[in-house]
Amino acid sequence: MKDKFNQQNYDQTVKEYQPKPNVLWNCIKAFIVGGSICLLGQFLTEFYMNVLDMTESQAANPTITTLIFLSALLTGIGVYDRIGQFAGAGSAVPITGFANSITSAALEHKSEGLVLGVATNLFKLAGSVIVFGVVSAYVVGLIRYTIQSFL
Amino acid sequence: MRKRGKQTWYYEHSIYLNASATVVGPKEAQGPLAATFDKTYDKLHCEENNWELAERRLMKNSIDICLNKGNKTKEQVDLLLAGDLLNQNVTSNYVARSLSIPFLCMFGACSTSMETLAIGSALVDAGFADHIIAATSSHNATAERQFRYPTEYGGQKPDTATCTATGGGAGLVSKEKSVIRIECATIGKVMDYGTKDPFDMGSAMAPAAYDTIKTHFEDTGRNPAYYDLIVTGDLSSVGSPILKDMLKEDGYNMEKVHNDCGLMLYNSDQKVFAGGSGCASSALVTYGHIVQALQEGRYNKVFIVATGALMNPIMIQQKESIPSIAHGVVLMREEGVS
Repeated sequence: MKDKFNQQNYDQTVKEYQPKPNVLWNCIKAFIVGGSICLLGQFLTEFYMNVLDMTESQAANPTITTLIFLSALLTGIGVYDRIGQFAGAGSAVPITGFANSITSAALEHKSEGLVLGVATNLFKLAGSVIVFGVVSAYVVGLIRYTIQSFL
Repeated sequence: MRKRGKQTWYYEHSIYLNASATVVGPKEAQGPLAATFDKTYDKLHCEENNWELAERRLMKNSIDICLNKGNKTKEQVDLLLAGDLLNQNVTSNYVARSLSIPFLCMFGACSTSMETLAIGSALVDAGFADHIIAATSSHNATAERQFRYPTEYGGQKPDTATCTATGGGAGLVSKEKSVIRIECATIGKVMDYGTKDPFDMGSAMAPAAYDTIKTHFEDTGRNPAYYDLIVTGDLSSVGSPILKDMLKEDGYNMEKVHNDCGLMLYNSDQKVFAGGSGCASSALVTYGHIVQALQEGRYNKVFIVATGALMNPIMIQQKESIPSIAHGVVLMREEGVS
């Protein structure tokens, strides 16, 4: 082995052998699937508002619940991971992705029992989302409160 | 002399692979080597309640079928050498529990197939055992759980990722004459060229395969043309060309003889990303396709280099790179044996 492959520059050298992710196409796929999920959410909101006579804020909760249910169902029958492989962030970012991370962990750890398996591992993937969600909400809330108290 | 060069063992007695067996999951059964497997399951659960039990069944089945094909009972086997990918090698340990054969557990990640075969052959050669079984297994879902995410998690994997093969493979080794002779083995060093991406094991393992193959050529004085086939375990479509180019720099042209077990196991339309991986990858191709091709005389000399990424998810999170290893075993067709 002489020039091309040595331990120092190996990481750089092998880049040419690794298939490049198609960023544009991945963005388009994520946009279409993520957008479709949001469109479905909008459709559900309209449905709850027009058919069940709810206000827009009242319709938010059943809309989210329905999306979570659909995601959990699709995870259970082994479809959501295929959507995820196709869509990437498009199906990971919406609430359905959050539901998938919880349902998949629950399914995976069912074999270790309800307490130490399902309950312990339920937030294995989603836990970091909750931690950062709560922490950033707290920080943003503090900033808002500080600004408001000066105005 | 048993030791030649630095890392190569020549077996002084004639050591033979008397029988071998392969058991696979659904995806492998749809691949191009389907006809070479002894038993297939059409569901990933393999008629069990959880993934770990499924993997155990694959290994146990392969050992049972192997004993059957070799006309041996488990009481006649002096030693079982086995390993898998799970923590504490649970599949092997629990299978060994049910067999009551003296047992050596091994871990070489995906290189375990050739590690167990090389060491088993050495112990037979030295007279510590008359009959040994070398076995290994991997299961797509147990490996996902061990190394990555829950099976149904919808995360996107890059094209450099590999897909863990589901299957178990076993081989029976002794001094009893049969068609396939285990001629020599080259034991690898742990190599680490600093790659850190657990979704690209091909790049991480190519230096290990390179080092073992190059050392093998140096120790034996052979070159690629000496063999009908040189296979690597699971370098994938990313690692295979890297390996070939690395060896080319040393003047070894592997173009005509090299193939990768992970690429042989699946059709190109089977959605396995860059190829198959796992302990089963090299075991299934060796104990199925290669053994049968040697028996039928389609190959005469085959060098199998099982590659293993010694990867641990916690070490990756601690920003460590991925060490790799590769062990090679030479199988030869013995003429004049039925």
